[in-house]
Amino acid sequence: MGGALAAGLVVAGALAAAVAAPVRGDVLVFAAASLSDAFGEAGRVLERQHPGLRVALHFAASSTLRTQILQGARADVFASADERNMRLVHEAGLLRTAPLTFARNELVVAVPASHPTGISSVRDLARPGLKLVVAAPEAPIGAYTRQVLAALSRDPAYGPDFARRVLANVVSQEPNVRATLARVALGEADAAFVYRSDLVSAYGSRVRTIEIPRWANVTARYSIAVLRTASHPVAARRFIDVVLSEAGQAILARFGFLPARD
Amino acid sequence: MPAAPIPRPVPARSLSDLWVALPAGVAVGYAVLPVAGLLLFALSSARVQPALRLPAAHDAVLLTAVTSTLVAGIAALVGTPLAYLLGRSEFRGRRLVEVVVEFPLVLPPVVAGVALLMTFGRRGLLGPALAAAGIEVPFTTAAVVLAQLFVAGPFYIASARVGFAAVPRELTEAASIDGASSWQQFRHVALPLATPALAGGAVLCWARAASEFGATLLFAGNLPGRTQTLSLAIMTALEADLDAAVALSVLLLALSAGALAGLRLLAASRTTLLW
Repeated sequence: MGGALAAGLVVAGALAAAVAAPVRGDVLVFAAASLSDAFGEAGRVLERQHPGLRVALHFAASSTLRTQILQGARADVFASADERNMRLVHEAGLLRTAPLTFARNELVVAVPASHPTGISSVRDLARPGLKLVVAAPEAPIGAYTRQVLAALSRDPAYGPDFARRVLANVVSQEPNVRATLARVALGEADAAFVYRSDLVSAYGSRVRTIEIPRWANVTARYSIAVLRTASHPVAARRFIDVVLSEAGQAILARFGFLPARD
Repeated sequence: MPAAPIPRPVPARSLSDLWVALPAGVAVGYAVLPVAGLLLFALSSARVQPALRLPAAHDAVLLTAVTSTLVAGIAALVGTPLAYLLGRSEFRGRRLVEVVVEFPLVLPPVVAGVALLMTFGRRGLLGPALAAAGIEVPFTTAAVVLAQLFVAGPFYIASARVGFAAVPRELTEAASIDGASSWQQFRHVALPLATPALAGGAVLCWARAASEFGATLLFAGNLPGRTQTLSLAIMTALEADLDAAVALSVLLLALSAGALAGLRLLAASRTTLLW
């Protein structure tokens, strides 16, 4: 018991030291568009811990961020909505730390809350005349969307041409997931494939959710790492620490993300 | 009465004047360098040329050429009478009309896109009325044309207005005294003299329409073959394939350069360029 207390004191002391050690500078975080809300909050947590530190966030499709990083954009942290774009940055020798999985996500279909579309299941998405928006196949969410459709097409109940019939209803390929969701929230489109976490955003209240059958859904694994070009690697690590901390994980959970591990 | 002496043109500044040469050199360099960077990358990468033959590139070039030409045509048709009115007559509120019509010149295109959505979209001002008539504008090629027209049309009107204003008033007055109707004054006096300005405005309008991005993406969406113009195709390609993006950029560059060359040739073929 005394040992446990002592250990507790040591941990508390170490935590206090970590919090107290002044870390200064600007951390530039390149993060997947779906992290917009959660990372904004994580950044504020870090800024409260280290008053001399400022977190700047840049959100776009992970594929866009990867292109920007490969073309020489100098950022401190990269957070990708898939493992592929992180791997491509890693293979280019641009990571300073090994990537860590910090959250998971899955796909849902969003339909306008106020506008009757007659869509009650994923199967209805193949009905001719619907206006469907998806993310471009280059963005992780766009690739996941096509994986889900391919999985559904393998089920005889949906039919082998299900994916083709659904994609024939696509009226726009949006650059990232938030732009995709906005189309439905504004009522311009009848349905969109988005992440479950996107439903917690400001647009969430304007859409209704249609579930994708569990067996056909995909798991998006979010990973994060410090970039080789980081000008403030210590502060960058602090940001990742916050994301992985209990507080950070609670923030991610509140914004609809699944924990990194089951 | 002796003829008024023709003012001699001011001799060109010698390049030996450092205060002229230095900033001028910087300005020229800054205009040339990015274009050179793009072209050098295109020439040095073996994967750029094959990308030019992708069907998506073909669709995007065709769509861009067709919509921009339509936009320039509509702007000329609808904008010429308005520009004539603004350039040649005085009426109450003329300045206000001028500002309103040319306001999109300073409006960020993304804002223009949102505004168009809020007007012609399903939930927009005219959405219910359009839906009742069975018309849906967003996500169609028509939406591309509307977005480009809103952003690029004012370039034509502004240029045409200045062109009409520069036609000497005595000429139309003389024609009027000789009994020319208002249509004849327009058709046989003002229009021929303002033609270089109109043509220049049309080329500017065409080029701006061809390069339009923000308003198009928001209002028309991004679908290959239907609403994906070259600018949108470049954005989409950039996500996955830099070489394809560079190839498409070179294509758009070539289209714009062609427009500028056309403008210059046009200017050279006229002795007086009134704008």
